[in-house]
Order: sequence, then structure tokens, then C-alpha cells
Amino acid sequence: MQTKHVLEMKNIEKDYYGNKVLKGINLSVKAGEIHALVGENGAGKSTLMNIIFGMPVIHSTGGFNGEVLFDEKPVAVKSPKDAMDLGIGMVHQEFMLLPGFTITENIKLNREITKQNALSRIFGPSLKTLDVNEMRKDAQKALDTIGMGVDDWVPIAGLPVGYMQFVEIAREIDKKNIKLLVFDEPTAVLTESEADKLLDSMKKLAAKGIGILFITHRLDEVLAVADSITVMRDGENVGSISPEEATVEKIAQMMVGRKIERLIVKEAEKNKSEEILLSIKDLKVNMPGEKVKGIDLDIKKGEILGIGGLAGQGKIGIANGIMGLHETTGEVYKNGVKLELNNPKRAIINKLAFVSEDRRGVGLLLDTSIEMNIVMTSMQIQDKFLNTVLSFKMKDDKGIRGWADKMVKELDIRCVGPTQYTRRLSGGNQQKVCIARALTLDPDILFVSEPTRGIDIGAKKLVLDLLIKLNKEMGMTIVMTSSELGELRSICDRIAIVYEGKLEGILSPLDSDVDFGLMMAGEYHAHARGAV
Amino acid sequence: MSTQLNTNKPAAKRFNIKSLLINNSVPLLFLVVCIAGVFISGLPLRFILNEIIVRLARNMFLVLALIIPVIAGMGLNFALVIGAMAGQIGLVFIKIVDVGGLPGFILAIAFSTPFALLFGYGTGKLLNKTKGREMITSLILGFFANGLYQLVFLVFIGTIIPVKNPEIVLSGGIGLKNALDLKFMQYAIDKIFKINFMGIVIPVVPILLIALLCYFLRFIVRTKLGQDFRALGQDIHVAKVSGINTDKVRVIAITISITIAAWGQIIFIQNIGTLNTYASHEQVGMFAIAALLIGGASVTKAKMSNAIIGTILFHTMFIISPIAGNKLFGDAQIGEFFRTFISYGVIGMSLVLHAWQKHMNAKNHEL
Repeated sequence: MQTKHVLEMKNIEKDYYGNKVLKGINLSVKAGEIHALVGENGAGKSTLMNIIFGMPVIHSTGGFNGEVLFDEKPVAVKSPKDAMDLGIGMVHQEFMLLPGFTITENIKLNREITKQNALSRIFGPSLKTLDVNEMRKDAQKALDTIGMGVDDWVPIAGLPVGYMQFVEIAREIDKKNIKLLVFDEPTAVLTESEADKLLDSMKKLAAKGIGILFITHRLDEVLAVADSITVMRDGENVGSISPEEATVEKIAQMMVGRKIERLIVKEAEKNKSEEILLSIKDLKVNMPGEKVKGIDLDIKKGEILGIGGLAGQGKIGIANGIMGLHETTGEVYKNGVKLELNNPKRAIINKLAFVSEDRRGVGLLLDTSIEMNIVMTSMQIQDKFLNTVLSFKMKDDKGIRGWADKMVKELDIRCVGPTQYTRRLSGGNQQKVCIARALTLDPDILFVSEPTRGIDIGAKKLVLDLLIKLNKEMGMTIVMTSSELGELRSICDRIAIVYEGKLEGILSPLDSDVDFGLMMAGEYHAHARGAV
Repeated sequence: MSTQLNTNKPAAKRFNIKSLLINNSVPLLFLVVCIAGVFISGLPLRFILNEIIVRLARNMFLVLALIIPVIAGMGLNFALVIGAMAGQIGLVFIKIVDVGGLPGFILAIAFSTPFALLFGYGTGKLLNKTKGREMITSLILGFFANGLYQLVFLVFIGTIIPVKNPEIVLSGGIGLKNALDLKFMQYAIDKIFKINFMGIVIPVVPILLIALLCYFLRFIVRTKLGQDFRALGQDIHVAKVSGINTDKVRVIAITISITIAAWGQIIFIQNIGTLNTYASHEQVGMFAIAALLIGGASVTKAKMSNAIIGTILFHTMFIISPIAGNKLFGDAQIGEFFRTFISYGVIGMSLVLHAWQKHMNAKNHEL
């Protein structure tokens, strides 16, 4: 078989507002090969895919540098439609299917086979009747190709999730000119046996000469099907390895590996007690996209506990569930006393405070002053900063101003003054206002979710320093959830890794890259068992 | 290698009386009210049936006009009012040129259609700018269009549009009269062919036209265009990603709806025989929507059977409620209140019942 390249990307660079996310990526996919692309969240995989598909987000932010060759010819993909015309297909991570349509109708969506009738001859092709029989034949053929034996005339709505993924694939391969197919984490929602079938059908497709770009977090799948592997990290090609020399450990190390700057040099574990402050038992949180499926975790007094894991695995759901923001079941004990769940007010009264990952949505009243943002929750829940005048509760302006000034100074919030609207603050300073509000509640435990998301690098360090300071000087117990493993490893005492809504394990920040990589990919126990 | 995936579908479509009741709670409730009303009012059944047939023939078009926008995910088209206005423009035109009978009816249809297409296009364009809020937008747009309508027929007639006929124009010479006598074209199509079946008079031509419209709607749904409507109705985002020109499809959906409404209004008025110049169109949207909802349709789902059943139930209630109210409370005025209460309350109640149904379904899904 000749080794024709379907897709070649040379030296791709892309920055968003001066922030470099792709730093000279090279990638080439041959016809009939399965090329695996692995990397952590934020490694630049989605940006690369957006470039391949000509997504508007790329062109509205100044385009990119580098060369894209498709079928060994330079191409400029300006829109998703261009990509489709070229023969690039995408199997979406979230399903692009219409639940009320049958499988056939979904496969043939907007590519319906039609036939003439009296009216369409007069009024044009949009009044052509659908040729349902032909459509069904085509759909059945596509379904057979990927080995899915199911009636093509049942609606999507009642199908198991795994089927939907197959329907998406059938839709792509039904397009006659398809040359390159991108699978964006296709197995994330599948059960193991479904995933196996998916991998089988990927192999079948590759055998037909279609180039496949396979993005995934599951490393064993990579080893099972990939003909070549590219690892990305922080917008760079870390390397390509052939499947023969690759092992799960090697890939994991390449994915995670970076030098860790410990911000804390632990002085003999001074404030670390073994007293358990918060005990979580079988916590289940129904948070869309971040489901928690039963977690047991103990939080020790005076520690910084990190919660890590890949996006969508449920790490964000833990804090949101405990704070009562999403439907939760399970048991949470604080100092041995059972807490009431699903009630944000009770959670705050019980001296838990939360800095949300959704800073601008949940975290701040954007068109309200800094000082009101800082005291708002405390006023509402704890009746602080209020004067009672003739049995009416009045705002204590003096007290609020005094406290806000103190917080602005202590947390070093850079602003015009405490009356400035929070909308106009930079991300880092907004985050500090959120933390200030949480501190105003005088909590026993501070939950911080994604504290550095969307903040520039300089400010990141300030926020992390602030958390360390709170922990050291005030003895605050902090539970920090973050997608950035590096930052967890730089300040936490212990790091819990969540995988598929369950606790995969707890690591020390000083543990090896391989362990972290394996845990994030859900492979830790399988390999530990293998070693024993 | 066996790649046969086994279907673990729950034994769906099991006959289930409870779910049947829940799914059809709205029409069933009104059926009970109607039957009770028929007994209380004591009206002869033949009279009621005759009335139902007359009202079905004159209202069905307007109700069927609602279906396509619902399929296309644009909700209940309150802008039906605008279509009715277009129809009335045609009727005013035939009154001015004084062409009556069947030719007058056909001329009214022909004259109103370009206006309906134009209004439909404009409404569609506007609704594309207010996606997700189509219902409130079309409702308010109806009020706004009413203002323009009054401007044209109250101020421009006799000034910009030269009309001298004192039978039509107000005594000052400017503006149309409140009521236009259209006796010269009343029953233009109703009287072409009538069947008397055991004392029940059936106007065949309007019923045939309705059947034709039903067939047309069924045909549309089975074309490429209809497939696009349905795709939009389910998920506009997915439709867009698959390359369907969603904005254009939406404009077509509304234009069809408004044009059918214009024709429907002409059929309606030819049966009534009098055009209430400034009021005939006002209630059109409300009544048609109420009828459709009573038939078991919802904001997201409407079938022709909903339209037919709904129209029958809604108008049965119209026939019986004043008399039933009178009998129950001994006052004709209270009967009138009852009637008004029903027509508005029905919309609110149907929407609440459908919200409840949706809630129940969501709950069942979770379990």
C-alpha cells in the first residue's frame, strides 16, 4: 500500500490574544492509518481540531501560522463546510443527533435522497418527496459497514448511549467522499464492550483507506488500535512513538511530565494533624457533565487537599455537591456531625465556604461594587454588617467599608477603590474578591474550584500564594479542585485523583509523573495489579 | 467476530391506561366538560351537530395554519392575526370594486395572497432575530400590526386611497366603516353544494378544501422541506451544524402559516357575511391557538388530529357554554362571562397542563 498522507500539518502556531497555545505542531496522518493524539486537557488538542475544521473561532482570533496539506495539496479551510467538502468528517464528543428522528433520518440528515413529484417540478427541489426506501438502504449499508446490527427505523430517543456514537460514525461514513475521520474522545461515554466494538469498527474503516485521527484519554485503547501515536503537552509535540515501543507508562509520563515547582517547602509537616475535619461517604452528585458516582474522602484539619482529574470525570462535582448547588446523595460529616445536603444555606451556616469555578456566573455580581460582593453572603446568611434601626435591618455602610478596605489591603486586590464594579477587574483580582467573600464567612473549610482558570500567568502565582498564606497563617483547611495538575502539585499536601466519578487514588505531590498519568487515565490499579 | 449489539430496549409501547390518560389529559378533560355542558344546556343534539359542522367548516383553516410553525420549533404562531389582516385586505378590496359571489371570493383570495406572502416574509425575518422568544414576539407583533392596519383603513382610506362609496366609508369621507356588509359574497363557497344528511346540513366545498389542506400539510411534511422543518423543531443547533439554512427554513414555515391564515380568514368571513373591520381579526390567533391546544397539541408538538379534535371540542363549548351558564346561574350575562372565561382560560390552562405533563415525563425519565 502506498503511504499517501491524507493530512499533513506543518509547524502550526496559534495564539489567543498573545497567549501561545500551539507552538509549532507537526502532525501527519496517512491514508488507512489510525493516528492517536493524546494529551492532557489544555494541551492544545481541541485548538488543533478547530484549525482542521476551519472553525470560526480560529479565524475571528487572527488565524494561525503554518501549513496544512490535505491529500498532499495545500488547502485553506475557512469554514466547517469547506472541511466537509474536502472529505473531513468528525465524530463529535457530544452527540449531534436529533432524538425524535429515526436512525436513518439522522444518518441522512440534510443529505436526504429525494425524488421528483408534480409540485417539485414547479416549485423547485425543496418540495421533492423523500425517498425513504433508498435512504434506508444507504443507512443500512453504513450500519453494516461498522458492524452494527440494529433496525435502522427506530428513533434515537430510546437507544442506549453507545448506539448513538455508532450512528454518528455511520453518518460520517455514509458521506461518499470521506477521507479523514476525526474521533474526539469517542469512547468517553461508552461501556467497555461498546468501546471494544467501536475500536473494531475503527479498524475496519482504516482498512478501507480512511485516515483516522483518534483523540482519547484511554491509553490502553491507544495501544490497542493506533498505528502511530503523537503526544502533545502545553501546545508542543512532546514526541511521536510507534506502538511497538510504547507502553502505558511511557505515554503517561510524556503526557504529564514537566518540572514541578514546589511553592511550599514543607517545614517538617508542622501543622499537619491527623484530626479529620470533614468526612465524605458515598457522595453522589448529579451535576451535568461532572457526575460524581460515589466518593469516600476524608479531609484532615489544616491541610490543603487537591482534587484532580481530567475534565468531565466529576472532580468539579464534589465541591458543588457538598455546597448544595447540585442534587446530591450520600453522607457528609463535619467533626462527626452529619450535615444536611442539598441546601446551600445550611452549608454556609455550617461554616463551609465555596469559591466557584464559574467566577463570572455564580461567583460574582458583576455590576455591583467590590465591597458589596465581599459582604453579600455574610449579610444574607449570618446577619453581619447590619444595623437594626427601629426593627428594620439596615446596611452598616461604615462596617462594610472598613471590612472591604481591610480585605482589599490584605489580599492585595488591585482596584480603584472598594466601590468599583467587579466587572471591570481583571480575572485574578475578581478571583481575589471571590476569596475575600468566602473568608468573610469565617469558614472552617474553604472549597476553591479552578482558582486559576482564565487568569494570566503572573496572577496565577499570586492566587496560589494567597491560598498558601491562608493555610499557613490562618490554619485554614483548603480543598482545591483544579484541572492543572502542575498547580495542584505545587501547593497541595495530598492530591485525590477522580476518574469516572470515583476516587482513583490519593497521591503525594512528590509522587512520580507516571503514577499521576496512570491515575488520570484510570489505569493505575490495572497496572499496579500487573506489577504485583 | 460477533458485532451484533443486543438491544436492551425497555419493553416500550406497552398498553398502559395510566399513560394514555396522562398523555391525553387535556382533550379528555374538555371532552368531559363538553358532555356535561351538552346535558346541562339541554340543547337538541341535531342543533349542536349542525352548529359544530358550520363552525368546523369556517374555523378549521385557521387552526391548521398553526401546525407548520409548531413542527418547525417556532411555537404557537400568534402572528396568525397578521395573516387574518391580509385576508381582510382582500375582502375590503372586493367590497371596493364590488365583485360578489364566487368570483368575489376568488378575487379576495388572489388579492390577499401577495400581502400574506409579504407579511409572512417580514414576520419570519423578525422572528429570526428573536430566536427562542417567537411566541411573545409574534403576539406583540400582532398588536403592532393592528396599529398599522388601523392607520391604513382609518386614515389612508379616503385620503391616499381614493374611495368614495358612502356605503363603505364613514360619513366624514375618511376611514372605513366599523362594519362592512359582505352579504353579496356570503356563502360563496358554502352554498355551491350542500348535503342534507338526516337533518344535518353539510357544506361540501369548504370541507373538501379543508381535506385538501390536510393533504397538502401531510405532503409538505414528507418532502425535503418538511424534513428540514422537523429537524429544526427538534434541535436547531444540530440542524445548523448539518448545513441546513435554518433562517430560510423558518421564514418559509411562517410564510406558509400566515398565507393559510389569510385564506382561512376569507373562508371565515364568507360564512359570517359581515366584516367587522377593526375587530374581526383580533381574536383569530387566540381562538385558533386555544382550539389547537384543547386538541392535545403543545408548544412543541401538533398534529392534524389535534387540530380537528380541538376545533370540535372548543366550538362545542362555544355553543353550549352561554346556555349552560344561563341554566346553571340563571343569568345570561353570567353565561357570557363564562364564555369569555373559557376562551382565555383554556389557553392558560392548556399551557399549565402541558407544563405538568412535561414535568411528569421528565420525572419518569429520571427513574
